[in-house]
Amino acid sequence: MIELQIVWFLLIGVVLTVYVVLDGFDLGVGIWHLFARRDDERRTLLTSVGPVWDGNEVWLLTGGGALFAAFPPVYAAVFSGLYLPMMVVLFALIARAVSFEFRGKEDARGWRAGWDLAFALGSMIPALLLGVVAGNLLRGLPLDLRGDYAGGFLELLHPFALVVGGLGFALFAQQGAVWVWMKTEGELTDQARGWAFLSWGAAALLFVAATIWVLAGLPHVRENFLALPVLWGLPVAALVLLVLTGWAVLADHPGRGFLFSSLTIVSLMATFGASVFPSFVRASNDPRLSLTAYNSSSSDLTLEVMLVIAGVGVPLVAGYTIWVYRKFRGKVRVGHY
Amino acid sequence: MDAVILARLQFAFTVGFHFLFPPLTIGMAWVIVGTMWKWKRTGEDFWLRISRFWIKLFAITFATGVATGITMEFQFGTNWAEYSRFVGDIFGAPLAAEAIFAFFLESSFLGVLLFGFGRFSRTTLFVAALLVAIGATLSAFWIIVANSWMQTPAGFELVGGRAELTDFWAAVFNPSTMPRYTHTIAASLTTGALFVMGVSALLLRRGKSVEEAKASLRIALILAFAANLAQLGTGHWHGMQVAETQPTKLAATEGLFDTQRGAPFVVFAIPNAEEERLDAAVEVPGLLSWLSFADFDAEVKGLREVPPEERPPLGEVFFSFRAMLALWGWFMLLTSVGLFLLWRRRLFEQRWWLRLAVWTIPLPFVANEVGWMVAELGRQPWAVQDVLLTRDAISVNVPAWQILASLLLFGLVYALLFVAWFYLLRKHVRKGPEPAAVASGAAGEGAAAVPGRSAADSDAEGPAAVAGDDGKGG
Repeated sequence: MIELQIVWFLLIGVVLTVYVVLDGFDLGVGIWHLFARRDDERRTLLTSVGPVWDGNEVWLLTGGGALFAAFPPVYAAVFSGLYLPMMVVLFALIARAVSFEFRGKEDARGWRAGWDLAFALGSMIPALLLGVVAGNLLRGLPLDLRGDYAGGFLELLHPFALVVGGLGFALFAQQGAVWVWMKTEGELTDQARGWAFLSWGAAALLFVAATIWVLAGLPHVRENFLALPVLWGLPVAALVLLVLTGWAVLADHPGRGFLFSSLTIVSLMATFGASVFPSFVRASNDPRLSLTAYNSSSSDLTLEVMLVIAGVGVPLVAGYTIWVYRKFRGKVRVGHY
Repeated sequence: MDAVILARLQFAFTVGFHFLFPPLTIGMAWVIVGTMWKWKRTGEDFWLRISRFWIKLFAITFATGVATGITMEFQFGTNWAEYSRFVGDIFGAPLAAEAIFAFFLESSFLGVLLFGFGRFSRTTLFVAALLVAIGATLSAFWIIVANSWMQTPAGFELVGGRAELTDFWAAVFNPSTMPRYTHTIAASLTTGALFVMGVSALLLRRGKSVEEAKASLRIALILAFAANLAQLGTGHWHGMQVAETQPTKLAATEGLFDTQRGAPFVVFAIPNAEEERLDAAVEVPGLLSWLSFADFDAEVKGLREVPPEERPPLGEVFFSFRAMLALWGWFMLLTSVGLFLLWRRRLFEQRWWLRLAVWTIPLPFVANEVGWMVAELGRQPWAVQDVLLTRDAISVNVPAWQILASLLLFGLVYALLFVAWFYLLRKHVRKGPEPAAVASGAAGEGAAAVPGRSAADSDAEGPAAVAGDDGKGG
């Protein structure tokens, strides 16, 4: 019998992975938003994600809610410890959420330019900072006895964290570019293929850089892999899938490009999970202070109740989400925005 | 200022601002279900244009509600870390359940509703509207569950410095959940209906889209009256529950200092917390006892039962409650008169009534806010009634200046949001529903704006299916 704590560690990982794959492409569309020059192109970009972006973002809220419910001390420590970066992400998400609806409802140029900027920055900031957080969690953070972050703001901008942040940003950009390439027609499609190639190149470079850094400088990240060598399959799969994504872009197969790009992200998230397990936040000053699935969980009853909620709810959500995506498959038509 | 005050200010400001929007969208969602039902049944372009008009105003408000709602999920962790550690075992589950059971539903099918015209059948679109409304209404349920647990905690025990769940259903259906949920939903329906009523009245006064406005006004007026009437029941139920489970809150609401039999209901007074008395009081003897316990002679607990530092801020709670009651009375009067005029077939010519309906648009928002103040200030100084003090619930590791900085930023960003929301709403209200003739022409305009759009795509859009505003942007 697998312990409930492990089940919830995995489930939160699954929810966040779905989030990164799905919101990945609409954050990515936002990254490229300003690179589309004409108003109708920008409307096409927005419309390509319009019917689904809000549902995609709910995966983040679900992940946050599940973390709060299953591992309250982790939720409390991460959100209060990283107060300023969290506030920055929050304001970015706010700006982004309203810019979808607000932008197209007024014709004035200044209005549209303002919301275009809000949408682009609101997408870029989370795309970058999510990776920076991941990088810091890989490295570990100094924690005090209460489990609160004991470092300063600037420590969070450690070069390794920035490399991982850059990798995340490049992968979001790639996911968005491939999405636009797949969903649009005409000039924009060719442009998007160029974006895909560019972001793929950046992702490949940063992937190599992060891998070397981990192997050379962060021995603790290797521990789980040495203990269970089959896990090496995960980073190897990520590398293969990244290469396949590049091949799909070169060979002009947008559908496969999107599939491989998504699977690259899935395998990287799995690699990340395998690296940090069982810690959510690894204490860099003293491993005994780490916030792990074992020492930070809710009561078994809460974890069981949550499992029932997830067991009933997630299949339903998956069912109608797939239905919605199927209903909107095919090339984008401008509408609503 | 100290961190507790700043964190409370920030929470109050962000949740108070957020709470402007969901009641409106919950209420409007059901009005839209009504107009979409008419469209599904009749297939008339008339009902399609009405539906799309309200959906547009709904979408603008929904986006603002979503954006400001994300803040709330962040804040428990950022500003109330001790609270999160203390109650996370119980409090997190309803938030996760809200996302899984409600927010996904709402968001996914709103996408279908906003982008589906011209693609999907009338039935699909009607079902989408229905699911959005159900999602919105369920969302409120889980949020009220979480908040009600703070009012009347149940189904838990204190273990090792935290509250641990012992009975999930007892926590979900704690004593205040259902009275507060029904009360909030009725308030939301009132808000949505009074908004639709007021906007329709505005269009009628301006002689714009007259038939569409009349049709909307009829639906909204009936819903507003019914929902407001229902508050007699839900409000009373809630009142009895507060008397039973939160006597200090009731005492603050009524400015009752001494525990007494045959307690009076105070119609008006100026409460004096320092000297512990009411000035200029107008009272109805025995009524509070009767309202609380269905017995004119029942004993009602007074504020002096608890030491001064455990009492809620008196004036705020006392006056907020009376403002809410007065607004309820006004809505009752306005909608009753409106129904009478509608029955006599004279409503649409009564310009004075239409004007009053327009002026009433902001009032349900005020009623919601003061109701929320009674609920939340009336619980102070507790974050979780009798279990956790608000001042012990904050993040101890976040310095005051960071809270202040983010509070100022919230003030600025929310002010901008409010202005943009109000501006767009006003603009699109004034435009009114698309006139019938324009509807088919604009579809072509929209099509022309997209380079490389295939002919097959254009064919898929029926002439009546795409209303004008979609095409105008390009």
